[in-house]
Amino acid sequence: MPLHSEFDSISSLRNALRDRKISALEIAQSALEAAQGRSDLNAFLHIEPELTLAQARRADEALARNEAAPLAGIPIAHKDVFVTKGWRTTAASKILQNYVSPFDATVVSRLEEAGAVSIGKLNCDEFGMGSGNENSAFGPVRNPWHADVVPGGSSGGSAAAVAAGLVMASTGTDTGGSVRQPAALCGVSGIKPTYGTVSRFGIVAYGSSLDQAGPLARHARDLVELLDVISGFDPQDSTSLMMCDEAENEPGRIRLDFDAAVQRQEVVAGRPLEGLRIGVPREYFNEGLDNQIAQAIEEALKVFESLGAKRVDVSLPRTRLSIPAYYVIAPAEASSNLSRYDAVRYGYRTASYGDLEDMTSRSRAEGFGPEVIRRILVGTYVLCHGYYDAYYLQAQRVRRMVVNDFQQAFSEHCDLIIGPVTPKVGKLIGENRADPTADWLADVYTLGVSLAGLPAMSIPCGFTADQRPLPIGLQLIGNYFQEGQLLAVADRFQQVTDWHQRTPEQR
Amino acid sequence: MAITEQDVIRVARLARIALTPEQQARTQTELNGIMNLIEELQAVDTQGVEPMSHPLSAHQEIALRLRPDEAAPASTTDHRDTLMSNAPAQTEGLFLVPTVIE
Repeated sequence: MPLHSEFDSISSLRNALRDRKISALEIAQSALEAAQGRSDLNAFLHIEPELTLAQARRADEALARNEAAPLAGIPIAHKDVFVTKGWRTTAASKILQNYVSPFDATVVSRLEEAGAVSIGKLNCDEFGMGSGNENSAFGPVRNPWHADVVPGGSSGGSAAAVAAGLVMASTGTDTGGSVRQPAALCGVSGIKPTYGTVSRFGIVAYGSSLDQAGPLARHARDLVELLDVISGFDPQDSTSLMMCDEAENEPGRIRLDFDAAVQRQEVVAGRPLEGLRIGVPREYFNEGLDNQIAQAIEEALKVFESLGAKRVDVSLPRTRLSIPAYYVIAPAEASSNLSRYDAVRYGYRTASYGDLEDMTSRSRAEGFGPEVIRRILVGTYVLCHGYYDAYYLQAQRVRRMVVNDFQQAFSEHCDLIIGPVTPKVGKLIGENRADPTADWLADVYTLGVSLAGLPAMSIPCGFTADQRPLPIGLQLIGNYFQEGQLLAVADRFQQVTDWHQRTPEQR
Repeated sequence: MAITEQDVIRVARLARIALTPEQQARTQTELNGIMNLIEELQAVDTQGVEPMSHPLSAHQEIALRLRPDEAAPASTTDHRDTLMSNAPAQTEGLFLVPTVIE
């Protein structure tokens, strides 16, 4: 196991680094070795040891001068949809197989400025399209808990790398559940913040009105460390927010809110969550939900009640409609975003072709995988003259209705919403491949949040009773800009449970 | 409303994706399956509901920012070379493509 695995949190590793008990270089070297030693997981796509070690040396220099930034020497890794100057960026697509970005994504540069050391780039579903990491041009990622099971997706490599202990944290992106769902299936914690709070600049685009970056780590405290650094206004992203209600959108906001929420919890001894109303949406507990997951969620709700929270029944009547609405809007945006791959300015070009259109069309057919082609074609269809009103505008109207359901729950009944992340635990790699929409239906509990742009997270809350137990995730959904509150509630849960401390090795 | 072979050909052409005849047939089946799922939307009464394009418009007034219309800095040939280094075919600062105009 890599050296950083001896530390149970980013802050304890930070203390050891600052006390010179260990160097960033030693940490980076052992993390690189561990990552290379677990090639069976297929979690990493690109590793460049020299770049990693150079970052580690810079961290050590800053530490020696006592000028270390908050994440100096902390080993992380990026989903391969964040463009990076040194490492290739492929979005797990053949069409970008040799792409090297001339610039860094804002999330990447912010983490580098904070001193974090990147171990490499992580496998994912091609362009973020998928929920099992099977749609990668470079092969599926294996779940560290069970090699035949999917790690979830699209940020499957990000979740697997944290679960296997190869890095302390990773970056992911969430368009319809792509941070929360793999976090759930790999037994780690992950958060998708409010849309517009983290810059999308330099993230390979999929669905621009939905895409949002978020970190994955073992527990909520470590998520605070990363999310606090990457949140903030960025003039390079036209949908980046300058204000989060009354607070400026800048680094420090998340930590401030988190600390304030933690302090409020201390008021009533023994009942830290006194007064917190937890909404439990009845539509999330229908016949499609696996029994073992329903039980684990029920147990988790009891823990929250024992901490003083009050459980409230809420209704999100359009939950089911979020599936067709999402699968119109996301493909429509994808068909527009992915039109940039023209085989002229960058990316894969086919070997033999006739005219310009033939060159582009053949290159795209060979360069994109089947799921990406499917979504581009669906998106093109629903945007066609004659169908635009019936599908695209109708989906956007339904989107507002889905969003209003959440707003009604928050304004009238509850402070946060708790439910499952997925209806089933991880499926076997290769299962359901014949029916492309089978996996789409399993996104039912995550899509509504994405359509609404709300912050939500997944934390481990149990395991199946199988011989090879698989992790179960708990979803916490907050109102806009409530990341700090969400993380504080998750942290409180993790103080009295140990699901997040389990590792595939101990099992 | 079923998707016809003609629809598939039209959409694939618009999306600039060259499908083989077998892929075309499979795509037609798949798209029809997907449209069945999407068709559910048609039954929803959305009278008077404003389409939502920005998720946070449920929470606050959203005005998309415009930036000043200014050229980005540093237009050196080095800079150009870096930006063009991912092109599949290029020469002297030009992207190479099949002849468009004889």
